[in-house]
Amino acid sequence: MISVAGVSKRFGGTLAVDDVSFEVARGEILGLLGPNGAGKTTTMRILSCFLATDTGRATVAGYDIAAEPLEVRRRLGYLPENNPLYFDMTVGEYLSLVAEVRRVPRVDKVRLIARALEGCGLGPVRGRIIGQLSKGYRQRVGLAGALLHDPEVLILDEPTVGLDPTQIIEIRELIRGIGSEKTVLLSSHILPEVEATCQRVLIFNEGHLVGQGTPAELAAQARGSEFVDLAVRGPRDQIVREIAAVPGVVECVDAGEDAGAPRFRVRCEAGADPREDLAAAIARRGWGLLELHAERLSLEDVFIKLTGGEGK
Amino acid sequence: MRAAWAIAVKEFRSAFASPVAYAYLVVFLAFTNWFFFRSFFVLGDATMRGFFSLLPWTLVFLVPALTMRLWSEERKFGTLEVLLTWPVREREAVFGKFLGGLGLLAVSLAGTAPIALTVFALGHPDRGPVLAGYLGLLCFGAAGLAVGIYASALTENQIVAYVAGVAMTFALFVAGEDFVIVAAPASLAPLLSGAGLGAHYWSIGRGVIDSRDLLYFAAVIFFFLYLTTRRLQRRG
Repeated sequence: MISVAGVSKRFGGTLAVDDVSFEVARGEILGLLGPNGAGKTTTMRILSCFLATDTGRATVAGYDIAAEPLEVRRRLGYLPENNPLYFDMTVGEYLSLVAEVRRVPRVDKVRLIARALEGCGLGPVRGRIIGQLSKGYRQRVGLAGALLHDPEVLILDEPTVGLDPTQIIEIRELIRGIGSEKTVLLSSHILPEVEATCQRVLIFNEGHLVGQGTPAELAAQARGSEFVDLAVRGPRDQIVREIAAVPGVVECVDAGEDAGAPRFRVRCEAGADPREDLAAAIARRGWGLLELHAERLSLEDVFIKLTGGEGK
Repeated sequence: MRAAWAIAVKEFRSAFASPVAYAYLVVFLAFTNWFFFRSFFVLGDATMRGFFSLLPWTLVFLVPALTMRLWSEERKFGTLEVLLTWPVREREAVFGKFLGGLGLLAVSLAGTAPIALTVFALGHPDRGPVLAGYLGLLCFGAAGLAVGIYASALTENQIVAYVAGVAMTFALFVAGEDFVIVAAPASLAPLLSGAGLGAHYWSIGRGVIDSRDLLYFAAVIFFFLYLTTRRLQRRG
């Protein structure tokens, strides 16, 4: 439903999006993940035809964004970053405006507005001024506006930012409900968000696409930097030397003392699992093995690794 | 056209939903009534000539107040991104905002009806020049709206949009005035006298409705709305 091929966008001296390519299948919920300024919003603005690309091509719902932007926008529901809304209108007036500018057939208008109000739980605030609503309700108004015309593709830029936990869960469920029948592209810089809602994740950093896959695939992709944490009682320098010699170990670092036990951090080769060998080597020398556990990579570690942030 | 109309209605309504429209109408009507009636009874002449020569100056300063928020606010609050990702062409959105402004202008001109009614009640002025005068005002105000809308698209700051709108409308107004033409190089004189809003306004106001004057106003409006459209298309 969305196809992006080699898209780049430059603002002055900075390359906001650099040669990004990806596909989103019909009915898929895809998450764009990355730190602030990674190029997620720019990518979404390009796909919504708000910004033009410098190079590369993209199609949304089968229409080229450069050649037929109106056709793209007709089939797209878009919630921009920070959910901008006309604060002086009532919820009902706003949705009516959306229906008019989207040229919704007049016979369907009342029905579609009623459906959007109900779908987003806005019935009770229909006559209220948007500027006087809580942030959670405003977010729902933004979503209702994006959903009103029953679009094939939804692009949501940080749909849950600034909401409290209850509201986040509500919006998440709303999105999951929508995603069962539509193609959804959503962005976030919050990991659990993406893990909870998306089937597939793209990780952006400094304008590049640095990783993609299901949350499980991404974790596998980042394997090779897996660590084993050890707590061993014994002569520290000998322990470090002995462990470094175990097959599958890249290096062993003395991690100091914690809770009365000397700790070591072992970095392993890609795909290697030297835990049994480590235990055997330590037992052979008669040292006391207090603790041994492999650090499992969560999406968070993958994210930090791929975006070059400071890891543990 | 349906989208442009929806935007026009939205702008017209939202002006009345905030103090903008009321503040504008109060100032406009207080100002015009005060200056008209101050001299009207002293002169004892049942004519609206003074009214029609004063009003363009009022409009120069008040029309940009109507238009200053039209684009700058969209930019500032980010709603531009909502508006321009709807399936609406930039020119439709621009035209819609212009129509909304035109509605407000028409309401404010209609608000001066008591002046006209007083004049007709107390004397027997010619109906022609009064009707022509109002047509001239509508044209003049509409041109000011187009200029102001362009000024508003240049910045996200309403005050800057207002000042720029006043400056540009004022410059366009006086461009054809005698003292400007005298001061300007002789080669520019014909251009300036043709380009100024003033000359065409006075020409309509004399009661002679010349298609060239109407065409001139249409061209000014089209030109500035076109510039606005181009400005919106160039957004990064």
